Amino acid sequence: MSSTAWAWLVLLFPLLGSIVCALSYRVIPARAAGAIGTAAVGLAFLCGIAALVNLLGDPAETRHHASSLWDYASAAGLDIKLGIYVDPLSIFMVLIVTGVSTLIHLYSFGYMGSDAGYHRFFSYLNFFVFSMLLLVLAGNFVLLIVGWAFVGFASYALISFWYRRTTATKAGMKAFVINVVGDIGLVLAAFLIFQQLGSFEYTQVFEKAPEVFQTNEWTIVAICLLLLVGAFAKSAQLPLHTWLPDAMEGPTPVSSLIHAATMVTAGVYLIARTHVLFELAPTAADIAAFTGLATLLVAGTIALVMTDLKRAIAYSTMSQIGYMVVGVSIGAYSAGMFHLMTHAFFKALLFMAAGSIISAMANKQNIDEMSGFGKAMKFTSIAMLCGSLALAAFPGTSGFFSKDEILAYATDRGGMYLIFTVLGYVGALLTAIYTFRLVFRVLPGKPCKEAQELIDTGHLAHETPRNPASGEEEDTDVGFPGPEHHIADQTPSMKIAMGVLSVLALFAGFVQVPGLDHMVTSFLEPVWEGSPLAAIEPSTAASWVGLAIGAAISLAGIGIAYWAYVLRPEVPGKLIERFGWLHTFLYNKWYFDELIDVLVVRPALAIGRFANRTFERFVVDGLVNGTRETVGEAGSVVRAVQNGFVRSYALLLLIGFAGLALYFLITSS
Amino acid sequence: MNIEWYIVLSSLLFTIGAVGILIRRSPIVILLCLELMLNAGNLALVAFSREVGNQQGQVFALVVMVVAACEVVVGLGLLVAIFRRKLPMNVDDLRELRG
Repeated sequence: MSSTAWAWLVLLFPLLGSIVCALSYRVIPARAAGAIGTAAVGLAFLCGIAALVNLLGDPAETRHHASSLWDYASAAGLDIKLGIYVDPLSIFMVLIVTGVSTLIHLYSFGYMGSDAGYHRFFSYLNFFVFSMLLLVLAGNFVLLIVGWAFVGFASYALISFWYRRTTATKAGMKAFVINVVGDIGLVLAAFLIFQQLGSFEYTQVFEKAPEVFQTNEWTIVAICLLLLVGAFAKSAQLPLHTWLPDAMEGPTPVSSLIHAATMVTAGVYLIARTHVLFELAPTAADIAAFTGLATLLVAGTIALVMTDLKRAIAYSTMSQIGYMVVGVSIGAYSAGMFHLMTHAFFKALLFMAAGSIISAMANKQNIDEMSGFGKAMKFTSIAMLCGSLALAAFPGTSGFFSKDEILAYATDRGGMYLIFTVLGYVGALLTAIYTFRLVFRVLPGKPCKEAQELIDTGHLAHETPRNPASGEEEDTDVGFPGPEHHIADQTPSMKIAMGVLSVLALFAGFVQVPGLDHMVTSFLEPVWEGSPLAAIEPSTAASWVGLAIGAAISLAGIGIAYWAYVLRPEVPGKLIERFGWLHTFLYNKWYFDELIDVLVVRPALAIGRFANRTFERFVVDGLVNGTRETVGEAGSVVRAVQNGFVRSYALLLLIGFAGLALYFLITSS
Repeated sequence: MNIEWYIVLSSLLFTIGAVGILIRRSPIVILLCLELMLNAGNLALVAFSREVGNQQGQVFALVVMVVAACEVVVGLGLLVAIFRRKLPMNVDDLRELRG
């Protein structure tokens, strides 16, 4: 079988899984649905590997295949196929998406064990994976948009999965609306591309673009900026990031899925996929890079003060996606994709660990209330430590190699791009501090009430479940927290998923060590063929200098966190007292929600109110009522004729006929 | 004979019928007057047929008679129904269908 055939199978399995899980909820037991869902994504992963093997069998120059099942639309100059494009980049994404998603499914299999909506959950999860695969495998911009929109819908469905939680439904809507803003950008970009190049197919677009466009011509810059709107909305970059922390309202496996392997990486993938266009529009690429840089710093500072465990990790996701956006925008494509891969591993792992701890805390997410879980949950603690080390770029872990590769590339490009190196290292310091802030506050210390209960009795705390965001009591019928909770230490499926990811988080970096091996770069190389930016490669020595600086910064960050949260626990409190305004500013997330509220939401509401009160009341109602009244008045005039007297009807008839006769007489003579 | 006389007679009959419909209230008389009008029309048709010299007018007269017969069947049926329900035999009182 060819690689494209395997790729079609990759798409087929999650779609089938989603349909089966959705339709069979009365027929098969919940666990079976979970097994089907997990197996579907697992099979997709195996097919992805088969496609990879097939692809590697081809010579490097021909490692790209397009295949189409049928024509979507074929009319005057328009030729849209239901087609996929298989090349190292899409297969790379397929493997990450399906691989990490399989583990997340496995985790959900245990974690969601007592949820009433088990079938629904797995159906949504499979649909999500299908949408994401459609997005990365799409062979033209139309299918890309389809996948893009499907992912938006699937994220909405999953974020508001516990639909009795008002905060969850609101968060789902927010995510959906912001994603639709991105969709609009992407759709407009596709229209502009079609108008300029006459095709939606990737191959043709990328072939023609360098011939048609001058570098930095305004049309290509506009196309790239519109693409960026789409990418930023999906990848939660400033200022379209506000949906991401709120998306934490969904079940923890959802956070893990959305924030690690799928959704948020879509924007990075899009920039990498359309790198041909971005190289023609360096201005747009620079804007993207600076936005990524701003996001990574802003999110890093917010993550320093968040007290909600999952939200803190969510901000770190934003920050890490910032690195990837910087990477693929400045030309470090392979490095950006490499970071995407390692991030998928350690971030999925961190969310899983957080989910396990939240389960043990009976759904409380505030880190102020947590401590001493190191003793209570050994496995979860070790997994969390692995994930945190990788996130903080501890020397030797996966995050260490991938992050520094981006920064080394920025150094090598020099000039203005040195800003990215310097501020990237600042971000790395922030990363190490906030990551280990979480670790040091949750794991060591005297066990908190819930942790103590777990140590003493081996049972989980069971309190009346309350919404961590609003404090209202939760409806356990819809699911969470459900009558039972599940922690990794007691649930084998969760343990397996986290175990595999822990190993990957620690050691996946060794696939690409400067001077030793470069598996990711050499695999992805055919995709960037002909790109002058991808040809730039920092020397091994420079890379190792970068790695050394990175290692020092990472250790320094961990040291600062250790000093502030373990040795001198009173320091953070003093800092908050001293810099109260700064803390408030960061704690309110730089007031981005409020800013968007003032700039977008309120004007929109005001326009809506105007439309409702003035336009609707006077213009629309006036037209409708006016029509009704005119007809009514005319009717009441004519009604007098219908008096019921047969003889008057006869008279009218006669008069009419007489009139007609008279008319004909006059005209004929 | 000159055709004018026929036409004058026909018009006279038609006018008597029309005026009868307009001024009388009894449904029976109204039906009679209708019949009168139809036959006035027939007379005119036959007269013109003779004048022109072909049979088409007479054919039309026959058709009108058939229509008239049907109309009388329906009309008399209505009258019987009115009588059976003890409704007033007065078209001015039967005006439930007013707008």
